[in-house]
Amino acid sequence: MARVWIPPLLRDLTGGRETATVPGANVGELIEALEQQFPGVRGRLCPGGALRPGLAVIVDGQVGRLGLLETAGPDSEVHFLPAIAGG
Amino acid sequence: MTTSTTGYKVIGTRPLRHDGVDKVTGRALYGADVQMAGLLHGRILRSPIPHGLLRSLDASKALELPGVEAVVTCADLTDPGDRIAELGEGAVNLKHLSSNCLARGKVHYKGQAVAAVAAVSAHLAEEALKLIAVEYEGLPHVTDVRAAMQDGAPLLHDDLVTESLGKPTGKRSNIAKHIQFKKGDVAQGFQQAAVVIEREFHTATVHQGYIEPHNATALWNADGTVTIWCSTQGAFTVRAQVAELLGIPLSRIKVVPMEIGGGFGGKIRVYLEPVAAALSKKTGKPVKITMNRADVFEATGPTPGSYIKVKMGADKDGKLVAARATLAYEAGAFPGSPLGPGAMCIFACYDIPNVHIDGYDVVVNKPATSAYRAPGATNAAFASETVVDELCEHLKIDPLDFRIQNGAREGTRRADGPVFPRIGMVETAQTAKQHAHYTAPLGPNPKAQISNPKFEKAGDGANLGFEISGLRVPRRGRGVASGFWFNCGLKSSASASVNADGTVSLVEGSTDIGGSRTSIAMQLAESLGIRADDVRPAVGDTDTVGYTDVTGGSRVTFATGWAAYEAGQDIKRQMIARAALLWGVQPEAVAYEDGTLRCLSDDKKRLTFKELSEKLHATGGTIVGRASVDPPGVGGGFATHVVDVEVDPETGKVTVLRYTAVQDVGKAIHPSYVEGQMQGGVVQGIGWALNEEYIYNEQGVMTNASFLDYRMPTALDLPMIDTVLVEVANPGHPYGVRGVGEVPIVPPPAALANAIYQALGVRMDELPMSPGRVMAKLLAKQ
Amino acid sequence: MPKKIHVQAVINGQPMDFLCEPRQSLLEVLRDELRLTGSKEGCNNGNCGACNVLLDGRLVNSCLVFGAEVQGKAVTTIEGIATAQGLHPLQQKFLEHAALQCGICTPGFIVAAKALLEKNPKPSEEQVRHWLAGNLCRCTGYDKIIRAVLDAARLGS
Ligand code: FES
Ligand code: FES
Repeated sequence: MARVWIPPLLRDLTGGRETATVPGANVGELIEALEQQFPGVRGRLCPGGALRPGLAVIVDGQVGRLGLLETAGPDSEVHFLPAIAGG
Repeated sequence: MTTSTTGYKVIGTRPLRHDGVDKVTGRALYGADVQMAGLLHGRILRSPIPHGLLRSLDASKALELPGVEAVVTCADLTDPGDRIAELGEGAVNLKHLSSNCLARGKVHYKGQAVAAVAAVSAHLAEEALKLIAVEYEGLPHVTDVRAAMQDGAPLLHDDLVTESLGKPTGKRSNIAKHIQFKKGDVAQGFQQAAVVIEREFHTATVHQGYIEPHNATALWNADGTVTIWCSTQGAFTVRAQVAELLGIPLSRIKVVPMEIGGGFGGKIRVYLEPVAAALSKKTGKPVKITMNRADVFEATGPTPGSYIKVKMGADKDGKLVAARATLAYEAGAFPGSPLGPGAMCIFACYDIPNVHIDGYDVVVNKPATSAYRAPGATNAAFASETVVDELCEHLKIDPLDFRIQNGAREGTRRADGPVFPRIGMVETAQTAKQHAHYTAPLGPNPKAQISNPKFEKAGDGANLGFEISGLRVPRRGRGVASGFWFNCGLKSSASASVNADGTVSLVEGSTDIGGSRTSIAMQLAESLGIRADDVRPAVGDTDTVGYTDVTGGSRVTFATGWAAYEAGQDIKRQMIARAALLWGVQPEAVAYEDGTLRCLSDDKKRLTFKELSEKLHATGGTIVGRASVDPPGVGGGFATHVVDVEVDPETGKVTVLRYTAVQDVGKAIHPSYVEGQMQGGVVQGIGWALNEEYIYNEQGVMTNASFLDYRMPTALDLPMIDTVLVEVANPGHPYGVRGVGEVPIVPPPAALANAIYQALGVRMDELPMSPGRVMAKLLAKQ
Repeated sequence: MPKKIHVQAVINGQPMDFLCEPRQSLLEVLRDELRLTGSKEGCNNGNCGACNVLLDGRLVNSCLVFGAEVQGKAVTTIEGIATAQGLHPLQQKFLEHAALQCGICTPGFIVAAKALLEKNPKPSEEQVRHWLAGNLCRCTGYDKIIRAVLDAARLGS
């Protein structure tokens, strides 16, 4: 069960809930589990089956390089944030 | 000054850069230096108006001019449709990227490319541009971020609705995107505050200002393959972008990155490459296009102008309890300002329990903005670090003590959610506090006393003052500010082959803007236990090295250095196997230490790296080590700066007297180039703070598109820039590397604003803090 | 196309002939006709110094000089500063002090600094900063450039 931080702009779908603890071995599975609890989340986070362009997933403080395939441990903390490039 | 010691042999030393002699003798070949037989010269026709519909374009007269060989327009690029692609610089809407190379139906800023000509000489191509007849239907324009957000503002794009993490707003707007971060409960947080400061800030559009203008040379060969020579921060992203814009497979394009004359984030997006390729396709000849300086200002870069509102509160003990920010960034003509990182950096230096941040990405009729060194973070820090200074003043707390008390540290939860690993924010503040600069008397100013009898000496240090309309204020001031930048990891490749003389030839994929091939070579040398000079590094083209992301995000020394380290490990394993073969033992019986292979079962059996290199051909052939990495473990970078200024009360001119930049660099691979990154970043920050801005007239035209009028700092404007390298090793990297290139641009505007306040007693809330603006504040105060 | 002019000049010590259009700048001639691409174009209007060369020993922005103007004159470019014996002390000091990052400004700085040291072999920091104020560098913040020039001056004595 990983702990997913719901982005503030998605909290209209979670009734204001800030985090959700859901089962899943990777980010894709976590999003599926979220979708069960909060219908509509999947379409907002990964329209078209991949993470929304410009969005990055952060697992335990590290940018997930594998997108939806990034593994998440049972105690992982997961965030969805704007992707960072640089100058 | 460097504070750290380790057992490294190569890392931390200062070898001469491998490409140095070529660069001091003028032999190094940059993009514009490409010459070849039959080369045609291309020039771009640009929109004279900031917003309008393209009604018609007639190039027949231009084509009649002898020596003119082709004209291209958007019709010569494929229409990519409304599609978003990840092309190595984050997500890009191809429709926008294409229109930015050659406008499609509409122009969104003065200077946008409309058509291009190829001719036998550059002068002829310029003449031909004047013969192209274009009819525009002008539309109302908007160049200011807040005006563009108003209802009723001229809309740049018919199909733009605000994106709010997928929430449909349905309303057409110039606001391309809304983002939000929340932590805790700000309303409750502000109730605990003893002091609350709320201020609004504006920053002007500024340019990266690299000295080398954009350039590209393309050859569309008879077999349908395309070769592009250009100055870019990333050969692979150029390849991906050009493939999409021309509608041809990646594999038909080879991009050769030439030496690059500065980038700072501005040489990632393509401008000229697809256009040169299209002209080459039409003519069957190689075509070179170079921009002039006005083109560079009007059609490339810049970084967003912004409006930022910040509110921060601290309790009576000086503990930050709540912070609120609203950021609106000008994206320029197309969506995509560095709003996300700006909003994520704005309070990142501090541990604050309650935070609420809103950000808006707004299109305006200015060039499409590009990344610029710590993109988005400098604007944000100008606002937040000025408010922090004001809090300290009210609380009567030393600003560095405040940062030590409130600074983010390992375990601090960022406003955007994740928790910081080991970081060096507090160490930079502590080091700045202990630095001699911080307690040095500000000192008298003999020059000013001589030139201006109004100055009167009243003791030393801060007591020095001047009289202006009876108002007595100090004229010298000292300011501090901190800054944060994330740094990036991303993908890098390297391969290295061992030569028979014990040297190693390294090919890596990161274009080298500031000496990075040496810092990468040093990491390979360290891993092999050989000298830096025994590694010969080269930057590969897209056909000779594995995929490598752009040089940016302060990632090259970290990630490509990591690839070099891994390639070294690969070489080591193979060298061990060869030694084992020679000695008739199992590889486990061979140790590799300090560049020497040793047989564990027979101490007399030893081979240096060089000795074994000589035997490779006879033991199975040469050894090639290779690696492709996408490393985790990125370490964020923090900096704290101290600056002394003197302000002339008659003109408002700010002179920087002394500057000290303290930065957590993780581990400095080549300290001279780390210092250089810090000094260069600081000076860009000083330019941003004091002088640089795009000045627009009523017609939406930039009126200062030259180096004379867009005033970047010169050697005469500056003191030496002292650097202090604090080394809090990044636990995520084999050598502790953090990125170093970007964070030094972040603190200067706020540090200078805080110093000006100390000098004059006025709070600056607008960049640049040019003489006129300083005078206006001073006069308003009286 | 305009008729070309025949020009004879001494370029880096070597007598040379070239043809150029009246409108071509010396910078264009050096780069495009003579293939001496060490002199760089940063602005083409006299504001960055990347194109600095010596014309009869005097420092000029070659983008502001017409190619035809150098008839009978001597031009020294960055390619003419090192000798068969090795690098010029300025070049050596630029390397030692890491006074270049991207290096696009470096040819101009070295040519300009050479002109300075020929006029004033022992300049102060202030004098170096003043002399080099016509050369823009966006990468280094000038610190290491100034140190390299001062160090080269020390070496020269
Ligand atoms: S190119 Fe001549 S001064 Fe800039
Ligand atoms: S080193 Fe890049 S402009 Fe000077």
